[in-house]
Amino acid sequence: MVLVFVDHNGGQFKKATFEVVTYGKKVADLLSCECAALVLGAVDNAGILGQYGANRVINVSNDNLTNFDSQTYTSAIAQVAEKIGAKVVIVGHNSTGKSIVGRLAAKMDAAVISGAKAVPTNDNGFVVEKNVFSGKGIASYLLDTDIKIISLMGNSIQPEVTGTDASPEAMELSINPPKVRVIERKTISGIVPLPEAEMVVSAGRGMGAPDKWGIIEELAEILGATTACSRPVADTGWRPHHEHVGQTGVAIRPNLYFAIGISGAIQHLAGVSSSKVIVVINKDPEAPFFKNADYGVVGDLFEVVPALNAALKDFKANNN
Amino acid sequence: MKILVCVSKTPETTANINFTNNNTEFDTNGVSFIMNPYDEWYALVRALELTEANGGSVTIVNVGPSINDAVIKKGLAIGAKDAVRIDAEPTSALFVAKQIAAYAKSEAYDIIFTGKESIDYNGSLVGGMIAELLDLPYISYASSMELAGSTATLQREIEGGTEVVQLDTPFVVSAAKGMAEQRIPNMRGIMMAKKKPLNVATAEAAQSNEKVVEFKEVPKDRAIKMINPEDMAELVRLLHEEAKAI
Repeated sequence: MVLVFVDHNGGQFKKATFEVVTYGKKVADLLSCECAALVLGAVDNAGILGQYGANRVINVSNDNLTNFDSQTYTSAIAQVAEKIGAKVVIVGHNSTGKSIVGRLAAKMDAAVISGAKAVPTNDNGFVVEKNVFSGKGIASYLLDTDIKIISLMGNSIQPEVTGTDASPEAMELSINPPKVRVIERKTISGIVPLPEAEMVVSAGRGMGAPDKWGIIEELAEILGATTACSRPVADTGWRPHHEHVGQTGVAIRPNLYFAIGISGAIQHLAGVSSSKVIVVINKDPEAPFFKNADYGVVGDLFEVVPALNAALKDFKANNN
Repeated sequence: MKILVCVSKTPETTANINFTNNNTEFDTNGVSFIMNPYDEWYALVRALELTEANGGSVTIVNVGPSINDAVIKKGLAIGAKDAVRIDAEPTSALFVAKQIAAYAKSEAYDIIFTGKESIDYNGSLVGGMIAELLDLPYISYASSMELAGSTATLQREIEGGTEVVQLDTPFVVSAAKGMAEQRIPNMRGIMMAKKKPLNVATAEAAQSNEKVVEFKEVPKDRAIKMINPEDMAELVRLLHEEAKAI
């Protein structure tokens, strides 16, 4: 049995949830076994996970699991894994998953790969790929224990509907009270978080000053993209830290990445090179980023970006 | 207040990454090594700030061979009181966590810090593993942390926002950007570091459950197409028709 732990935000599933279940189904097919999805807490439509390949949907409700605590969640996942005889446990490589993947591996003394980016192969042992050296290399890990733990990097596979709704089954677990008290949870509504974003518009020092970001925000708004920035821009306080993408910031893997006024230092490239399509706009034709891009525009960004925005608005008007 | 800061040694951020021995090993030839930036800039500096404000001491722990001493000494120069190096090749995250947990078990640390991840294998695993092995709570990706007595209030990064949590010591925390500002060691710190204890401990027997069987370079198959800056309609057309990205 493959066990997939799925995260939800106040009862709502996100695309990343369906990615993890789809991945779990593929691992189950590889091992010729079934896939179970585990949901902790109240979710109205847990059965939908069946559509993405979960043969069983287990929904655990327990007062001690109301708020996230890595200790109680790890305990719950490990108990369910044991009850159903799971050989592979899969979580998403998001803020929840990253908090529990190490705990699970330690608790079960299991082989682990965090941030897996591809479906495993099982020809010469159970082997899974991930990015290493902050996106500068790829490593294939052999997981060499009976039970294996995987956290799946977001945007690694597309959700696939292969089945029909499952009927959620309840399961009783014994969970200690959490030691962590959640005081406040704030999410900015309407903005797709960078690690999950399918389109990202990023700008750097070439902007010259923090009050000139209007054209960047406009481009992001037209596309429905998330805004990002390079490290020097975050370090000088022009943009908030959470927008910093690169080796020491957020690693992203969108379908489309715009790098505007960013020269393309190796540390920046490391965090964005998994983007599918990269567009670079820079006035310096020698900017290293042009060697790592699919489309390049050499020109003054204060002329190019407004022209691009106008062209995109025309395109949207004609294609909607 | 006793704080333990776990540090790892990583290639410096501008290093070119190459592989050797039929792509089964990372080629360290010509690579300079540093203390993992998240461990140094955020975990170690915040630990020092907390002991400066509340009293106590900061100990550094590293699992690795003697060549790591240079990295550990930088931590002493920045301000840690002493350091322990557990003498073993760090073959996997769980191997490292078992070494640190075995060491920390008898020392009763109030807080154990790690960086949010190391910039070599990007596992983000060791902190959670130590917490599980010691049966402690774990807060990952903390971008701020305040302490009042034995109660800590931390802000952690979640998708598209932040979460504020509270808990009592002892616990394990992984530090992300925002937690502190980088400190450059001064000459006095570097001189004092020479006199500070760097103890070497024997490793526990532990196995590694996983290993890298092959490395690959990131495919660089991007063939750039240059677009006339006067013709953004052409860029939009290509993004739609050719790249199918919009």
